[in-house]
Amino acid sequence: MLRFTVRRLLQAIPTLLVLSILVFAWLRVLPGGPAGALLGDKATPESLADMRRLMGLDEPIIVQYFKFLGRVFTGDFGNSLASGDAVITEIARRFPATIELSICALVLAIAFGIPLGYLAARYRGRLLDNAAVITTLVGVAVPVFFLGVLLKYIFAQKLGILPPSGRQDVTIDATHVTGFFVLDGLLTGELDAAWDAIKHLILPSIALASIPFAVIVRITRASVLDVQQEDFVRTAESKGLTTPVIRRRHVLRNALLPVSTTIGLQTGLLLAGAVLTEKVFNWQGLGSLLAEGIERRDFPRLQGLLLLAAAVYVVVNLLVDISYAIIDPRVRVR
Amino acid sequence: MLPQRVARLRRLALIGLAGALTVAMSACASERGSGGGASDTFVFGAAGAPKNFDPIFNDDGESFRPARQMFDTLVTYKAGTTELEGGLATAWTPSPDGKSWTFTLRQGVKFHDGTPFNAAAVCFNFDRWYNMKGAAAQSQMIYYGDVFEGFAKNEGDASGDPVYKSCEAKDDYTAVINLNKAKGAFPDAFGLTSLSISSPDALKKYNADNVTQSGESFAYPEYATDHPTGTGPFKFESFDKTNNTITLVRNDDYWGPKAKVAKLIFKIIPDENARKQELAAGTIDGYDFPSPADYSSLQNSGNKVLIRPAFNILYLGINQKNNPKLADVRVRQAIDYAINKEQLAKNKLPTGAYAQDQFLPNNVPGYTQSVEKHSYDVAKAKQLLADAGATGTTLNFYVPTEVTRPYMPNPVDIGAAVADDLKAAGFNINVVQQPWNGGFKDDVQKAGKQDIHLLGWTGDYADAGNFIGTFFGRQKPEFGFDNPQIFGALSNADKQVDKTAKGKAYEQASVLISQYVPAVPLTSSPPAIVVKSNVEGLVPSPLTDERFYTVSKG
Repeated sequence: MLRFTVRRLLQAIPTLLVLSILVFAWLRVLPGGPAGALLGDKATPESLADMRRLMGLDEPIIVQYFKFLGRVFTGDFGNSLASGDAVITEIARRFPATIELSICALVLAIAFGIPLGYLAARYRGRLLDNAAVITTLVGVAVPVFFLGVLLKYIFAQKLGILPPSGRQDVTIDATHVTGFFVLDGLLTGELDAAWDAIKHLILPSIALASIPFAVIVRITRASVLDVQQEDFVRTAESKGLTTPVIRRRHVLRNALLPVSTTIGLQTGLLLAGAVLTEKVFNWQGLGSLLAEGIERRDFPRLQGLLLLAAAVYVVVNLLVDISYAIIDPRVRVR
Repeated sequence: MLPQRVARLRRLALIGLAGALTVAMSACASERGSGGGASDTFVFGAAGAPKNFDPIFNDDGESFRPARQMFDTLVTYKAGTTELEGGLATAWTPSPDGKSWTFTLRQGVKFHDGTPFNAAAVCFNFDRWYNMKGAAAQSQMIYYGDVFEGFAKNEGDASGDPVYKSCEAKDDYTAVINLNKAKGAFPDAFGLTSLSISSPDALKKYNADNVTQSGESFAYPEYATDHPTGTGPFKFESFDKTNNTITLVRNDDYWGPKAKVAKLIFKIIPDENARKQELAAGTIDGYDFPSPADYSSLQNSGNKVLIRPAFNILYLGINQKNNPKLADVRVRQAIDYAINKEQLAKNKLPTGAYAQDQFLPNNVPGYTQSVEKHSYDVAKAKQLLADAGATGTTLNFYVPTEVTRPYMPNPVDIGAAVADDLKAAGFNINVVQQPWNGGFKDDVQKAGKQDIHLLGWTGDYADAGNFIGTFFGRQKPEFGFDNPQIFGALSNADKQVDKTAKGKAYEQASVLISQYVPAVPLTSSPPAIVVKSNVEGLVPSPLTDERFYTVSKG
């Protein structure tokens, strides 16, 4: 297992290097080059020359790349044009919000998606199955922002039982340690703050979870149906194993393989969904940071976020591979 | 093998969970500062984040709103009006030639850091602005540049001769501001939020002048980001960028009536609809610039929609530089004739909005009926265009998006209506939409990329120069024209110290402007501010200069 993990870790390094080259190249193909992009319309030949010198753009490209890499490793992406703060500070400030929301959404999607998918397969063609299929169709088809607005309208505006936006009631004097508000509330014992953060999490998590939930239900259902036809299930039945044991050990376990891959892919996509969800719910995370960066043509910030997103994707894929190996021992030796 | 591992994992997870719970429970027992009762905290939904908290480096309403609660100016405006009243000064008198102003200062006032407010502090502030070093810092002092025209040493875009000469502290409570020339904008302009008085000690301690620029981004010193220190009814506590909230607390040593709430929180919610929902959910107590379409539904659900008097102008800017056809006055008149402003005021703006034939609201001295009027007449517009040989001229029409301003609740809608009118008159309109915070203002006001554009202005004080002087007082990339006659008339009006003479001079300038059509005035409209039914004491201001210390929650 350890050898497998190390091997996959080593394999991730070239991927990250290629990504860094792409991001490095991206700024250099912008009109006017990076200096022009940074200076914008106000660029004069003198200020461009100054900025090029400042950014080291007068050096050989390979030297520039390694310097860039050095800065990336030390977390130095420069300062955001919009806020003037260091990009790494901005990211550090917003990162916990997005992770908190994504984890919540993912937990919801998995906790409800796998059982529903499994039950749908078990009661194939019956009412429950049809209901599940329709729900997933709706889940995939309804845009996240529309669902977000709808949820807000029903639960915040009409019923008034959940807050419409933000991460925490501003009148709560909460102490923040980690930036994960629920965890902070638990750690500091401010249980009202934690509870309030949870209430704020519910609607955006549901909105963000809608697509991964639908996908997980469908894949689980299809996969369970598939596995049920396998020879080893019939063998198990003829061996006289009880149905619950067959379902748990033979069907579910094997059916979960493609599901875990799907979960991994969906995790990577959560960041994309987070942009919309965060915008709708005024959630102060990376998604809204990204949206704002695009609106304001904030290149240093976009560069930082792009690298981070790429790195997260690579790490998530790595975790998926490792989880695959845990579920299916054959993967480890292959 | 496998089930064993699963069981082990399960055991580990259980132990972990138990540990976390123990930590939570034990922490529970510890004491914790509570956030005050809800009735003691007023939460206001702001539309955007402030740039920083040093008033001199700001020029927009979102930055001014918190600043107005923390700082005082020498003179101020009576709540709900544009009339002057005493602020940090109790009396102010000009010399006969208008070149020096003597301020009698309020006694017993303290800055938030405990240092005393006196004439030396006033002079320290004025000298600081005048002597500001560095192009970056100077470029951020928009209002100072507008009013005082130049610095001791001009380093940035400012190129004028300084109006400010010196400041003398005659005694502890008498300050005299000497000017190089008389200016009609005074004394009203002394009440500009940008000219708020800061604690000299804090300015020095937190390195307040150290503004740096890299590319288009500015970095502000500690004073402006974390330690703004004024004399106002609220003190700065924090700007929580994780939660996007600004927290101010009551200044118990305030010289005037103490604030009724202990805490004032600005929660930044850029989306207008989101602000509305937060109000409905009760997580905020009020917000600015509700959409006119929502007025009745807001009132029906028990909120108070407070209407401010109209004190703004929405205009269609014309940039003569980019498009030679626009240099022909007939083409500009055709644009003016082509737009149905009455319809615009009726359909796209709140009740109380009116069509405009000049660039001043009707309650500012200088407003006159003698301007040349170009009332809606499509036939006339077509004729003028044909005469000028400009039928079918293509115009790039810049329209801002993702913004609500007091003079335009929904720029995209207004832009579409204007574009339709212009098309009907024979123009070919190419609408270019740009986010307000995504370079719109830079593109139209600094780079002058547009042929025509939608923009407006809310008055800072009741002086025509603050409107037409700002727009047409000198050559600007936004309008791209050079008309010495108009510049001369405006500069002459700005020199008048006598009120009647000043009004007359601005009337003349208004007439010249209406003949030349450097831009097209569209409408003036009353913006609103909305609060929950239990909120008392908020006085809507024509200058959008609301002070929250009078606000209480029932």
